[in-house]
Amino acid sequence: MESRVIVDVRNLTMKYHTLAGETAALNNLSLQVREGEFVSIIGPSGCGKSTLLSLICGLLSPSGGNILVDGETVQGPNPKIGYMPQRDQLFPWRNILMNVTLGLEVQNKLNEKTRSNAKDLLVKYGLGDFLYHYPAQLSGGMRQRVALIRTLAIDPEILILDEPFSALDYQTRLSVSDEVKRIINNEKKTTILVTHDIAEAISISDRIVVLTKRPADIKNIHDIALSCDDISPIRRRECPEFRHYFNLLWKELEVK
Amino acid sequence: MKEETRLVSMEHLKFIRAVRMENYRVLVARLTILFFFILSWELAGRFGLIDPFITSQPSRILKTLINLYREGQLFHHILITVVENIIGFVSGTLLGTLIAVALWWSSFLSRVLDPYLVVLNALPKIALGPILIVWIGNGPPSIVAMAILISVIVTILTVYSGFVQVDEEKIKILKTFGATKYQILQKVILPASVPTIVSALKINVGLSWVGVIVGEFLVSKAGLGYLIVYGGQVFKLDLVMASVIILAAAAALMYQGMVCLEKSLSRWQGN
Ligand SMILES: Nc1ncnc2c1ncn2[C@@H]1O[C@H](COP(=O)(O)OP(=O)(O)OP(=O)(O)O)[C@@H](O)[C@H]1O
Ligand SMILES: [Mg+2]
Repeated sequence: MESRVIVDVRNLTMKYHTLAGETAALNNLSLQVREGEFVSIIGPSGCGKSTLLSLICGLLSPSGGNILVDGETVQGPNPKIGYMPQRDQLFPWRNILMNVTLGLEVQNKLNEKTRSNAKDLLVKYGLGDFLYHYPAQLSGGMRQRVALIRTLAIDPEILILDEPFSALDYQTRLSVSDEVKRIINNEKKTTILVTHDIAEAISISDRIVVLTKRPADIKNIHDIALSCDDISPIRRRECPEFRHYFNLLWKELEVK
Repeated sequence: MKEETRLVSMEHLKFIRAVRMENYRVLVARLTILFFFILSWELAGRFGLIDPFITSQPSRILKTLINLYREGQLFHHILITVVENIIGFVSGTLLGTLIAVALWWSSFLSRVLDPYLVVLNALPKIALGPILIVWIGNGPPSIVAMAILISVIVTILTVYSGFVQVDEEKIKILKTFGATKYQILQKVILPASVPTIVSALKINVGLSWVGVIVGEFLVSKAGLGYLIVYGGQVFKLDLVMASVIILAAAAALMYQGMVCLEKSLSRWQGN
């Protein structure tokens, strides 16, 4: 069953201009993401991954090409897209519930109903006891979960995650990526994730996009088909094909 | 198992007792210094080692304070200086923050004004005292203006640098929610800068004291600065010393107030 294309990146080129010169970050890059898909993007450091995400979020305008989200050209921030950063970036002066309702507040959509929806989300994902705690009172993993729920609270169709687990220690990272995957699966969101971690990408994604070094273009795209058809990233790591994909991607990133 | 926990807690008790003992000894040492300082000052005056006419003397200071109080003058002077000071540092901080917001709002403006701010910051503001008197007049408004002038520039610089240090990623999150510039200011820039603004406020309390006292030296007919200058002119060193001591007490109290404010505001930071 082929679902529709929800993010359509067409011949995207991006150059940064500074007095010192011009930096080409993306070079004629095209990519399609289908509804409900979980796509990971990996590539060498500084190749332009975050730039691509910022362009999809409508925070930058491209030097060339365009992006269609749900059939419409991206011209600025779009409520259909939710962005989750590397560090949780919770606001320390707001309690957990108020952090989660931040997006609704900004969009003037905060009312009794949306507030109680936000509460329900927190309760549903195990943070019901912490509604009125402050971020400093929560562990790193819990904070990252709150950050995801903050993004979900505005009910976006597409989630954009820029290395969301890289600030966590290894143990927490495994369990948080497991939870995040479960939540995203439950809420049925299309997801684009950037990561440096090959194993993480294989364990969590339906498809992996490998970028070339800067200026980034698509080097290769891999459909990940694991025989143990599980959604849990931790269990997916046990699959026999896991190693195969790992070696494949490892070699692809290594080549100069 | 039980044995071990009991042992640890004994050790811990010992530790707590040692810390308390140390704190107690520090306190005793402090009070002893104060006591001997006052005592030797008093005795040196009594036995003619120093001339109380020039150095004053604790007993004379106390007498002066009591007299001022009896005449109903004491609180009058304190009140005037304290009120001038409060108006000075509150408006210095508010005005400075407001200008910092304007600079944050328009990076063009901030670039244009940058050299002027640097020069004004380097200038000893007290040099502008005579100009203020000519422009504003011979009274409390000039004194308050002096206090504001002395604190406003440094407030602009510190608060503005606090604004631009707010994490780009936090702003990015708001932008993806579709926030306007005003919402970014209101939801993240200002709340994230509360600690910076409060610490500017704390510094401004001190700067404002300098402005107020210098202002009172120059123009006033009342206030602690006036008492100090007047006492110096008529060689009443008792009055000068008494006023300085009150000033020290008032400044310390106000500073403590600011420290408390800062503490209560930083509760959400998790400590
Ligand atoms: N605002 C900017 N102005 C100028 N150059 C920039 C800017 N932002 C990024 N760049 C440059 O563009 C290139 C791509 O940056 P980007 O952050 O997209 O890479 P990345 O793949 O996300 O890197 P990382 O792996 O470190 O996260 C880098 O060379 C970077 O120095
Ligand atoms: Mg990046």
